Amino acid sequence: MSGPTTESKLEKLLREGKFVVTAEIGPPKHASAEGIRRHAALLKDWVDAVNITDNQTAIVRLSSLAAGVHCLQMGVEPILQMTVRDRNRIALQSDLLGAYSLGIRNVLCLSGDHQSFGNHPTARNVFDIDSIQLIAMVKKMRDEKQFLCGEEIKEHEPRFFIGAVANPFADPFEFRVLRLEKKINAGAQFIQTQCIFDLERFDRWMAMVRERGLHKRAAILAGVTPLKSVGAARYMQQAVSGMIVPDDLIARLKKAADAKAEGVEICVEQIKYLRTVEGVAGIHIMAVMWEEIVPTILEKAGLRSRT
Amino acid sequence: MIVAEGKPLEEVYALIAEAKKVLVVGCGGCVTVCLAGGEKEVGLLAASLRMKRKLADRPLETVEVTLTRQCDPEYVEQLDRYVTEEIDAIVSLACGVGVQFLAERYPKWVVPALNTKFAGGTLAPGRWEERCGLCGECILHRTGGICPIIRCAKSILNGPCGGSQNGKCEVNKEIDCAWQLIYDRMRLLGRLDDLLTIEPAKDWSKAKDGGLRKVLREEAILA
Repeated sequence: MSGPTTESKLEKLLREGKFVVTAEIGPPKHASAEGIRRHAALLKDWVDAVNITDNQTAIVRLSSLAAGVHCLQMGVEPILQMTVRDRNRIALQSDLLGAYSLGIRNVLCLSGDHQSFGNHPTARNVFDIDSIQLIAMVKKMRDEKQFLCGEEIKEHEPRFFIGAVANPFADPFEFRVLRLEKKINAGAQFIQTQCIFDLERFDRWMAMVRERGLHKRAAILAGVTPLKSVGAARYMQQAVSGMIVPDDLIARLKKAADAKAEGVEICVEQIKYLRTVEGVAGIHIMAVMWEEIVPTILEKAGLRSRT
Repeated sequence: MIVAEGKPLEEVYALIAEAKKVLVVGCGGCVTVCLAGGEKEVGLLAASLRMKRKLADRPLETVEVTLTRQCDPEYVEQLDRYVTEEIDAIVSLACGVGVQFLAERYPKWVVPALNTKFAGGTLAPGRWEERCGLCGECILHRTGGICPIIRCAKSILNGPCGGSQNGKCEVNKEIDCAWQLIYDRMRLLGRLDDLLTIEPAKDWSKAKDGGLRKVLREEAILA
């Protein structure tokens, strides 16, 4: 893993070679942090850091920066997700300074779902910079102590551990690994993947990642999502962009007497397998609307409590 | 060309509700080519408005003129003799540029009859598609001749995003993913390595973000 050391605990664990676990908290569509704090308390002893999504699927939610601070107060290390959909380079840099001042040390740089998917489809988008340019900007602020414009940050530059995402299930497949390389060249130090259901395709992608030595330059955290029901699986298959959910997984859920238990079982099997894949440095578990199941899955997968 | 399409008749009808006599002005440029604001469309709109007003028992008088271009004072001037005292409103079937050129010249109520859509071209008869984002600093030589600024829904300069599947954009399965097209084209040209170069943040001051843009060409300016 390249790049200088930051105060991120996640970075420290990855540098020590620990197999890390991250999870996800989606902030609510209201102004109370109660749910965030409850989920943080639930995940605290089980994960090394928690992603805080940034108005995911372009639906207005409590800000990821504020939610990240609530997590910090609960003793959970946040990974601040930052999309380039809603903020220009001025607002992004301002929020990076603010986030760092509040104790946030990890940032995950993304494009963001298009606003047409959300609850304000008539909104104007920003996309002043793209996700790769955001990675480069966070790195420039840290390593060159400069704002994007080149102006010097005279003191107290924000020193983030920089993350990015990769989707092995999007197209063109052959370019996915090259684009990952671009992200790493821009400064990404850890990578969280899109939810993996098609293990065969993930294996092919990882082989290409290893071939280019990218797993040695950035920590790859494999993304998993437990499927709560046949309906949820179908939704993921049909409505979520850039996702592949194989039919046989859906058939397996259908056949099961208890679909929820089967969903847990599938996720545990996936984690156990992914742990054995060379170059996978950790698991990122995205239990959307089913956060409470995370400890059960991790325990069954043999990823013991952090306490 | 600038591609436009007609506003719904109801909308134009409401815009000139008070007028007794209107000048309906077409444009012989882009909007004639894209069948939105040429002589034929002028005749059709004027007739529809008259008919609708007649049914409402409030007859409307129309004068129809189609200029070579509405974005050029040389042609706009030709309207002078039609813009008489009795004209209560001018209906422009040009793009937004033409509407403004008419409004700048005449102290009259000028209304747009079209919605100006984009800078694009004809794919097939009756089908037009956007091609240029008018960003002010062309990068097509770096993207295989395909513009990611306007053809990618997120204007990504280092694409494709994670929503590209089977060659289509996540926003709409009817839209090709611009970055799939760029990838295919660069592969065809044997220039895939070029795509590994990180495209830096764009200078949007050259686009509309920098305020009103002007082009001056010294040699063309009349002394």
